[in-house]
Amino acid sequence: MLRGGVIMDVVNPEQAKIAEDSGAVAVMALERVPSDIRRDGGVARMSDPQMIKEIQASVTIPVMAKARIGHFAEAQILQALDVDYIDESEVLTPADEENHIDKWGFTVPFVCGATNLGEALRRIGEGACLIRSKGEAGTGNVVEAVRHLRTINAQMRRLQSADAAELFSLAKDLQAPLPLVQEVAATGKLPVPLFCAGGISTPADAALVLQLGAEAVFVGSGIFKSEDPIRMAKAIVEATTHFEDAQVVARVSTGLGEAMRGAETTSLEVRLAERGW
Amino acid sequence: MPRVGVLALQGDVREHVSMLQELDVDVVRVRHPEDLDNLDGLVLPGGESTTIAYLLATSGIRTTLEEKINAGFSVMGTCAGLILLSREILGGRSDQWSYGALDISVRRNGYGRQIASFESPVEVKGVGVVPGVFIRAPKIERWSDEVEVLAMLDHGDGQHPVLVRHANVWGCAFHPELTLDSRVHQLFTDSL
Repeated sequence: MLRGGVIMDVVNPEQAKIAEDSGAVAVMALERVPSDIRRDGGVARMSDPQMIKEIQASVTIPVMAKARIGHFAEAQILQALDVDYIDESEVLTPADEENHIDKWGFTVPFVCGATNLGEALRRIGEGACLIRSKGEAGTGNVVEAVRHLRTINAQMRRLQSADAAELFSLAKDLQAPLPLVQEVAATGKLPVPLFCAGGISTPADAALVLQLGAEAVFVGSGIFKSEDPIRMAKAIVEATTHFEDAQVVARVSTGLGEAMRGAETTSLEVRLAERGW
Repeated sequence: MPRVGVLALQGDVREHVSMLQELDVDVVRVRHPEDLDNLDGLVLPGGESTTIAYLLATSGIRTTLEEKINAGFSVMGTCAGLILLSREILGGRSDQWSYGALDISVRRNGYGRQIASFESPVEVKGVGVVPGVFIRAPKIERWSDEVEVLAMLDHGDGQHPVLVRHANVWGCAFHPELTLDSRVHQLFTDSL
C-alpha cells in the first residue's frame, strides 16, 4: 500500500537502508540514478539481479526494479526475482519502438509512465496497476512532471463534461480504450492510483505535485544527489504526508543544504519523456 | 454518533474514511496529536509500517496515542496497523517499535511478498463470511489466551488468526477497507 508515500531510487543496500530509515514506502533498485544515466549515455538496461537481491535482503519495504519499455524478457527475470513491482521505464533505453509489455501476462504489478491521459489509459489497457507522470527524469526540474499531471487532470475533466455520444470521438482522439474512457468520464479519476515521478528534488516539489493530485511520489536523483541525503529524504517524506500544511513543509525545508543541481529541460539533448507511446 | 479518526500519515486512508462514512460515524483525519482530542476510536490503516512508525514519531502522535491506548481508547489496526499494535514483530527491522497493545507476534510479509498477495473468504465470528484481501500481509504466528480470535485462516500452512481483539484493541491482517463489505468496520464502530 504505497499511497501517500515516497518511493526512492537506490543503487546499493546502504542507500536502501537510509531510504527505509527515512520513511520511504518502497525503494527502486537500479544501478545508476537517472542523472548518472543521462550523463553516462550508452544503453541503459535492467539492473544486475545480484544487486537487486542484495537490496531485497537489506530492507523490509517493497523493492521495485525497472525493465526497458517492451522488454518482456527483462520483466520475466524481475518477476522470477520476486521484485514487488516492475517499472516499465523510459529512463532505460527502450527495447521495442512500437509495443509496450503485455502486462496481463504477469502476476507482478507494473507501474508505467504517462505524459497525458491517452498514454495513461493505453498503459492501463495493457495491464498497468499504477500510473506515474514521466516528468523529465534526472534533471531535478519538476516542470515536466507538473505539465503531465496538469494535462492528465485537464483531460479527465474534459471527459467528465462530455455527453455519452462524445466519448466515442474523444476515445479516438486520446487513442485510448473506450471502456476506460467511459469509466474515467463516470468517476472523474483514473481506475488505478496516479503517482508522480520526474524531477522532484525538494519537499516543496513533493507538496506541489501532491496538491496537483498525485497520490505518492517517486524521487530519483533528488535524494542521493543532494548535499545531505538523509535530511533530504526525511524532509520529502514529511512534506508528502503534510503536503497541505505549509507550516510543516516550511519547517522541514529549513536548512536542508543544497538540492541536486538540476538542469533546464529545454537544453537537454535526450528527452526521456518522449520515450514510450 | 461516534467520532472515529483515521490515522492519515500514509496508506489507504481514503478507503477507510469512505467506508466509515457509510456507517454513520463522524470521520476525522488524524495528522497531529491534537486531532486525537474528542475521538471515540481510531483506525490505523494499511500502508508501510516502517513509514507510519516514522511519521507517528515525527508528528508527535506516537506518545499521545500510546497514553490514550493504555487508558482504554479504542483502536483498530489493519495490515500495517496490526503490526503497529502488536507486542512483537518478527522478520522486521531489529529497531522497529510497536505499541505492544495486542499480545501477539506478527511476521511482516508473513504470507509472502507482493506477488504472493491473495484474496480469500474469511469467516468472522458472529458476522459470517467476509472477503479478505491480503497484500504483503502480516501473519500472526503467536497469540496469547487474553487475545480473542474472531477469525482464523489456513493459507496452506496451518490456522493463523486474521482478526483479533483484546478489550479496546482490534487487529486485522487483511484489508476490509478495500472491499465493499463494511461489516468488520461495523463490528469496531458498534463497540464504541
